[in-house]
Amino acid sequence: MTDIIIHCLIALLLPPLLLGVITKTKAAFAGRVGAPFFQPYYDLLKLMRKGSVFSTTTTWVFKAGPLVTLAAILVAALLVPLGRHHAPISFQGDMVLFAYLFGLARFFTAIAALDTGSSFEGMGAAREVTFSCLTEPTLFIALITLARMSRSLQLSTLLTYPTPAIWLAAGASMLLLVVALFIVLLAENCRIPFDDPTTHLELTMIHEVMVLDHSGPAFGVILYGAALKLLVLGAIFINIALPVTTGNSYGDWLVFVVAMLVLSVLIGVVESVMARLRMVRIPQLLVGATILSAFAMLLVLR
Amino acid sequence: MTGATRILYNGSAVPLAEIPSVSTEAFLQTILDATEHGWRVIAYFGLPDSGDTPLYCLLAESAANRLAALRTVAAGTHVPSIAARCPQLQLFEREIAEQCGLIFDDHPWFKPVRFHRSYVAGRDAWNRPADQPLRVGVMDFFQVAGDEVHEVAVGPVHAGIIEPGHFRFQCHGEEVFHLEISLGFQHRGIEASLIGGPDRRTLQQMEAVAGDTSIGHGLAYCMVMESLGQSRVPARAHVLRGIALELERLANHAGDLGAIAGDVGYLPTASFCGRIRGDILNMTAVICGSRFGRGLVTPGGTVFDLTPALIDDLLKRLDAVRRDLTDAVALMRSTPSVMARLEGTGTVDREVARQLGLVGPAARACGVKRDVRHDHPFGIYRMTHIPVASGFHGDVCARTTVRWQEAQKSLDFVEEQLQQIPGGVYRTPAAQPAASQLAVALTEGWRGEICHVALTDQQGRFSRYKMVDPSFHNWPGLAMALRGQQISDFPLCNKSFNLSYCGFDL
Repeated sequence: MTDIIIHCLIALLLPPLLLGVITKTKAAFAGRVGAPFFQPYYDLLKLMRKGSVFSTTTTWVFKAGPLVTLAAILVAALLVPLGRHHAPISFQGDMVLFAYLFGLARFFTAIAALDTGSSFEGMGAAREVTFSCLTEPTLFIALITLARMSRSLQLSTLLTYPTPAIWLAAGASMLLLVVALFIVLLAENCRIPFDDPTTHLELTMIHEVMVLDHSGPAFGVILYGAALKLLVLGAIFINIALPVTTGNSYGDWLVFVVAMLVLSVLIGVVESVMARLRMVRIPQLLVGATILSAFAMLLVLR
Repeated sequence: MTGATRILYNGSAVPLAEIPSVSTEAFLQTILDATEHGWRVIAYFGLPDSGDTPLYCLLAESAANRLAALRTVAAGTHVPSIAARCPQLQLFEREIAEQCGLIFDDHPWFKPVRFHRSYVAGRDAWNRPADQPLRVGVMDFFQVAGDEVHEVAVGPVHAGIIEPGHFRFQCHGEEVFHLEISLGFQHRGIEASLIGGPDRRTLQQMEAVAGDTSIGHGLAYCMVMESLGQSRVPARAHVLRGIALELERLANHAGDLGAIAGDVGYLPTASFCGRIRGDILNMTAVICGSRFGRGLVTPGGTVFDLTPALIDDLLKRLDAVRRDLTDAVALMRSTPSVMARLEGTGTVDREVARQLGLVGPAARACGVKRDVRHDHPFGIYRMTHIPVASGFHGDVCARTTVRWQEAQKSLDFVEEQLQQIPGGVYRTPAAQPAASQLAVALTEGWRGEICHVALTDQQGRFSRYKMVDPSFHNWPGLAMALRGQQISDFPLCNKSFNLSYCGFDL
């Protein structure tokens, strides 16, 4: 019971802090002080108090987009084990539900963008679905690989399956999975080198351009959903990359939170030391990630 | 060529009577012949008139540092267009059409440039009704037909804090077939307001033609006034002006290098260069109290002088700027992901650059060695030569590299000049402009060639004052750079040109 409460608290409260840590890391690299760690929380509060503007060309789809997206990711957050703890909801085959919750979220973000009739948003939606076609297989193959290793289709089981012993036994597969998942993590969360979350240049945006027309609380919901997505995918990554346990439940929660913060710093470092890829190069890197995960699976199947 | 023109030099004035007036056919033929032989159109304008319209054209060539002036009188309202054979004229012809109400027959894309009323009441090249307000940018745009072709319209309101401009892309997926740029949102009517001048506001207006090129435009105006008044500028003032012009170039190039890094998402260089640009602007403020050099130059010299203490201060600041900027740029240029993004993006062919008459770093990046400081030296550049930095490939990377090389040359120049400022006065009283003259002044602003042409009437007042900002030549270059490129690369290409909207719109 305590674990379920802690799980929900972390899932609800931690995500904006991750964005704050990334921003702070990037500021440090640029020689600036940067915004406070808690700035994303202030931003969300600010947006929640604002009014919304809705274009007259939009329909209910536009308003439903952010809410359905957030709801889908919230449910996904309940399916994923954070650290070495089982998720509040888990059943055989929940990994399929998990993958399609992400698909549902993306579908509604894209359809809400198309609903505005803006040429930018259509462009962004086209880019988003094109690139997600290439990230989804990677995530799926990674989960299938783990499912094969753990002989389970339950996220809680298969994601807590990796241990140091497994790493020693199947190190090659695990390493390939970690690399592939890190690429997926960056791509799915619109980080550099795939997308620049801080850009104001509408023609270069992928994800940001789809939400240009949202304002006020709806935009806040989108920002929060994006942060939550970072936490969920980050949790998958950490479960595989850092399969350690302290033996103490509270200790494990602490390890998880610290690991998430370190992961945010790592993302901030990646964003600081490299430029964005040219858009035509993005599919190549994503296909590369798919191939890595496919190799990982091959090694497990042999 | 020589029979139909009057040869003159940068920063000189000639009596109007000495410029031969030829028939319109001979006038156009001379322009075509000259441009085929390496001359370039630096200004082409009309004197708005309800009867026949006098047209003036100024050409430049770099081999012998010569300029040539020629004129004609266009009878009636129709003039044959030669833009199809000489693409660098297409915007000039549209500008004349808009200002004077002339119709250029067979112009390939005859549209207004800035969407303002003709200077001649009741004469409009497009027969737009006088009782309806003109709406900027509302006109046909070039369109590509086809099932999978889509149109993307950007601006005039942008997501970032930049000037307003409208961009129409004809795209096939992510690939751009054609880009049309429609400006005019910033039109202030500067040229019209200068007729009858100069007055006490004129210098301030000149400094605000393009706010980031205060020294460049201010200096061109001062050169026009000095050539009209036959005044001699003291050597000390020439040096001070040169320092100010190079500091302006340095500040903007540093800012651009950072902005290019920012556009590809490379934050360290973007942040560093943003600060360094401020440091350089502060150096200009040390000289004259204004970070953008407002109120520094004046006809006859400069308003401010440098004391030895200030020179020491500037040299110290310059040293720090050189160190910081070198580090920031080295960081960017040694990062493979940045260079991979810049190379091969937004390429302008050298021949295209020549045909469009591109100027400044954008032209030099294509290997077209064109620099007013070298080709038509003025002021201190007559004594001290600055090497012309040029690239080869004409892509974003070449434009970035040219900017960095020019910044280095400017650093050297400023440092050298600060150490050897000649003594004496820094200002002489400006004389009244002479009557019935044509004066031309070219300066190399940080974007490229700035051309000012003044015509005076019998009282020595301006009967016409024509300004050509480098952006006027270069906007079509940006449109060409986007052909066949990814639409997502547009912001990067745009930044690598970094053209002025208000300098174009005047």
